Amino acid sequence: MKNIHKNFTGVKALQAVDFSLREGEIHALMGENGAGKSTLIKVLTGVYEKDEGEIFLKGNDKAVAIHSPQDAQNLGISTVYQEITLCPNLSVAENMFIGRTKGRMQNWKKMNADADRILQSLDIPAKATQQLANCSIAIQQMVAIARAVDMDCKVLILDEPTSSLDDKEVQKLFGLMKDLRARGVGIIFVTHFLDQVYEVCDRITVLRDGKLVGEYEIEKLPRVQLVAKMLGKELDDEAQIKDETQVYHADENVPPVFEVEQLQSNAGIKPFDFYIRKGEVNGFTGLLGSGRSECVRAIFGADRIIGGKIKKNGKEIKITKPIDAMKNGIAYLPEDRKVDGIVGDLSVRDNIILAAQVLRGFFRPFSKAQANKFADEYIKLLEIKTASADTPIKSLSGGNQQKVILARWLLTHPEYLILDEPTRGIDIGTKIEIQKLVLKLASEGMSVTFISSETDEMLRTCSRLIVMRDRRKVGEISGEDLTQSKIMDTIAGGEKKNG
Amino acid sequence: MAKTRTLQKKNFMDIFSGKQILIPIVALVLLAVFNLIADPSFYKITLDVNSAGNHVLSGYLITILDYGSELAILAIGMTLVTAASGGQDISVGAGIAIAGSVILRVLCGTNSRPDHLQAPIIVAFLVSCVVAMLFGAFNGILVAGFKIQPMVATLILYTAGRSIAAWINNNELPVISDPSFGYFGGFIPGIPIPTPFFIAVACMIVMGLVMKFTSLGLYTQAVGINESSSRLNGLNPAFIKFLSFVILGLCVAVAALIKVSRISTINYSVIAKDIEMDAILAVALGGNSLSGGKFNLPASILGAYVIQFLTTTLYKFNVKSEAISAYKAIVVIILVVISAPVVREKFASFSQKMKVRNAKEVG
Amino acid sequence: MKSKSLKKVSLSDANLLLTITIVVFFLMYIGAMIFEGGGFLKPQTFFNILNANGALIITACGLSLVMITGSIDISVGGVVALVSMCCAVYLDFKGGNVFVSLLIALAIGLGFGLVQGFLVAYLDIQPFIVTLAGMFFARGMTSIVHTDPFNVQNEAFVKLKDTRVIVPGMGSVNRIGKYVNAYVEIGVIVAILIVVIMFVMLRWTKLGRSFYAVGGNRQSALMLGINVKKTRFLAHLLSGLLAGIAGYVYFLHVGSGAATHASGMEMNAIASSIIGGTLLTGGVGNIIGTFFGVLSLSTIQNIVSSAGLDQAWWTGITIAAMLCLFLVIQSVVLARKKRK
Repeated sequence: MKNIHKNFTGVKALQAVDFSLREGEIHALMGENGAGKSTLIKVLTGVYEKDEGEIFLKGNDKAVAIHSPQDAQNLGISTVYQEITLCPNLSVAENMFIGRTKGRMQNWKKMNADADRILQSLDIPAKATQQLANCSIAIQQMVAIARAVDMDCKVLILDEPTSSLDDKEVQKLFGLMKDLRARGVGIIFVTHFLDQVYEVCDRITVLRDGKLVGEYEIEKLPRVQLVAKMLGKELDDEAQIKDETQVYHADENVPPVFEVEQLQSNAGIKPFDFYIRKGEVNGFTGLLGSGRSECVRAIFGADRIIGGKIKKNGKEIKITKPIDAMKNGIAYLPEDRKVDGIVGDLSVRDNIILAAQVLRGFFRPFSKAQANKFADEYIKLLEIKTASADTPIKSLSGGNQQKVILARWLLTHPEYLILDEPTRGIDIGTKIEIQKLVLKLASEGMSVTFISSETDEMLRTCSRLIVMRDRRKVGEISGEDLTQSKIMDTIAGGEKKNG
Repeated sequence: MAKTRTLQKKNFMDIFSGKQILIPIVALVLLAVFNLIADPSFYKITLDVNSAGNHVLSGYLITILDYGSELAILAIGMTLVTAASGGQDISVGAGIAIAGSVILRVLCGTNSRPDHLQAPIIVAFLVSCVVAMLFGAFNGILVAGFKIQPMVATLILYTAGRSIAAWINNNELPVISDPSFGYFGGFIPGIPIPTPFFIAVACMIVMGLVMKFTSLGLYTQAVGINESSSRLNGLNPAFIKFLSFVILGLCVAVAALIKVSRISTINYSVIAKDIEMDAILAVALGGNSLSGGKFNLPASILGAYVIQFLTTTLYKFNVKSEAISAYKAIVVIILVVISAPVVREKFASFSQKMKVRNAKEVG
Repeated sequence: MKSKSLKKVSLSDANLLLTITIVVFFLMYIGAMIFEGGGFLKPQTFFNILNANGALIITACGLSLVMITGSIDISVGGVVALVSMCCAVYLDFKGGNVFVSLLIALAIGLGFGLVQGFLVAYLDIQPFIVTLAGMFFARGMTSIVHTDPFNVQNEAFVKLKDTRVIVPGMGSVNRIGKYVNAYVEIGVIVAILIVVIMFVMLRWTKLGRSFYAVGGNRQSALMLGINVKKTRFLAHLLSGLLAGIAGYVYFLHVGSGAATHASGMEMNAIASSIIGGTLLTGGVGNIIGTFFGVLSLSTIQNIVSSAGLDQAWWTGITIAAMLCLFLVIQSVVLARKKRK
């Protein structure tokens, strides 16, 4: 790809970006949110049309034209996106073959047999005739990959395929990627996980603000350098963050603000106990699907509670709906920003005041001036990058959207803030800002529960960790025990017993 | 660099946010200019004496203000329903038949042609409000409680409504002879402006106050855009949707009062026929997305008057009432095609190319 | 999590809805046989239901198709009226032949399908608005073509209209004691043919599956390499064409043209599709279900009128009640499934 330009209404998403992919390599495409990774990929796959520039394939002098996803597919470019882009109402086999074969009629028997063969060879536990909606998210992701793999592709694009997979599944995926590399397939790998980049990739291309920063061999670009290139500023070491931020240990003698006894919700978690002190930062950890989100959702009343008690300052409170929790000073930043967090078409301002407005009541709306004041205050405080407070939130980058949601909850002045994966899918710079903010809030007396898939992030912020496994609380780690290996042991505990 | 970019963006956004109300305004201007060229007498307003002996204003513009009122009132409720539920209520015409039937039933009692009103008009109106809101609540429960798509849920009342209306009055056609009942759809003695217009304005003011002194606007939009997120922010999406249908029910009752007052009787199968389509068109013409979310009430109301403007224009050119819908359809298609984002984008890029070409030629 | 699963309605759910529809239909019909007796025991009563609803079956098929792709077409009733009016005028005043009149019908249907499909798929205008305008246009044009209703006298046409197809092995004894074979009209044959073709197309061809894919998740379908615009366009085109055919079938049945013909047919077609288990949100639906939806709808109308409740309002109220019942059943079934 040479000299690619892409303009969106008023915004230059890509400016003169060159990109090259060799046969049989895994090439990492890195950059912060809004750097232009997704745009570049979408140009390559025909979802967007480029405004300028040319795309060449396999030494041909003539540039190829890619106007639609079909064109890209015909050229042997297949893509697996972060969000699953399959049709849940069709069968697994149909999802693997639709839009690919020629001819009007379909040989259904052959198709199902082929699909089963491929699924088996890739070790994917799904049946061809099964409806996709009945499969778990991870399996759906694997089916998407199976589809791409089977297409005899020359270029395979993986856009953050690992964010919904657990470690074992990630390893399986990596095995598959290496296998394909050996067969001469060029793979573009987009991810936020640095470890994964260094584990499988051969070369790295870094983008920033829609511009090309550079293309590097993996051995020649140490981790610290990569982060620096992505952020566009020299950062000494990732470890420095840890030194800067001191985990704030709450006084052991302070009684808990919130206590939970044998709480159980209809989301399928086993009853659990939990408490948090004033000014404490603790966290839930565990593998994906272990029930960490479900626990905090239960505390917030987001799922229907079917048993147990919640106490505030020792007195029992009743929480059946989110509004009850909010009235008791609990705030919850949900895991899925797009589905549960932002109200896409509304302005940044309305998104910020929403929760506070609901708390204030239907008949007492904020005046325009008040709303503007709050919005400006928090845009400044959290350094939200937005054209104005009137901009619809959906046009902001992921990290800034997350900051708006954070602003929304801070505006309600909660006593207890629950952050469920606040740093997922956002760039490193914002991640660090959010971590710092959490510690600052805690030092001012707010209780915070922090959930993250990245253990080192948890170690940096939390003074106590609750470990979940199979929708059950299996342990609590604090103080000296709070190390990477101890956490891993506890998470994996069940498997050892079985083995 | 960064500064100029934000500046650019801001200008761009300004145009964007001001855009929505432009759609009905442009349509209105187009129609107005067309009439001005075709026949300027369209704009003549005279002071006549009507059959009741009152001095009243008459003219096409007055007709538009008069007959556009029901539509404007319905457009208010329809906009809210559309925004909150992402669907439309197609039972408003049937609802008007029911509410109108209730008003007549209360006013006439058991006698279908009473010499005197059997109950004060205000009582009849309030009863019809309650009934219309109940039917609105029925739709609301189906949509919010049972999660049925609005168009489908209201299809029930659309099918049954006119039958229910006929059943309320035993299929008789009560006629009100009391002249005071005719005031609501006609003129109040001494005031030369048609009453429906005042009623519509009153509704707009009430709605404006509600918007100002409650968070209805914010809540409705939040629920319409992202239900799941609204719930986690402490809102009750089901209730907001339900509420929007009840409010529409109220609008239906007001529109029904005007409709039955115009003719002092009712025709179950004809009253407010196809008005739901016009009301939905008004919402769409106001530039509101029919799939819910952000809304602009003034734009919808203006849209309603634009539709009435169009209808009146067509009548003036002696188009048969049955054929009017064909012309309306053509105008609607032209409007939506012009305002379609795809078309506008194409047009914009085309004009940009032309500019570039011109610049090159100059250079 | 919850909102995600809301959108995913599995095939087994669709099958369940289909089963409910078919079972309810048979229960209703058997109930009518037992309690109403008389007419319902005669096979001809059943075939008369078909005879009267050939056009509705065809339009409902078209509607199911657009609904499966997540769109809607409310112009079909208007198109049916316009087709029968145009054909009637052509046959009567111009003395034209039957074959050309059929071509006229197809051309009108295709024309509506083309324009509406283009506007919806390629200009991305909301289908409700486009087809609403289509409905207005068709209705308006009908009365522009000819204002008053009239019967067609064209001989060739009347012959075709009165053609009866005997259903072998079925029949009943009439009032004078003579055995009369049960029959259906040509329109019913056409309708059943279309049901079969549509069923096969939706179930087994790639085009059919892409309709489901587009309705299930448009974005995903695009990423899977399906030409979404073309698919949506084709859905509307087919619906228009089917409306044209339905118009002719309707015309064959009534043999007249009138501006008020087929009024409310679009709503009946939508109702039939819904009763048959098609979801307006798209991605779920079944033509066999739609067929039974039409049968259920018209059977209940027949039951109501033969029960002596022939005052006009009862039909409306019972259909609405039935629709309400089905919607609530569907909603409850789907909600319960989700909870599991």
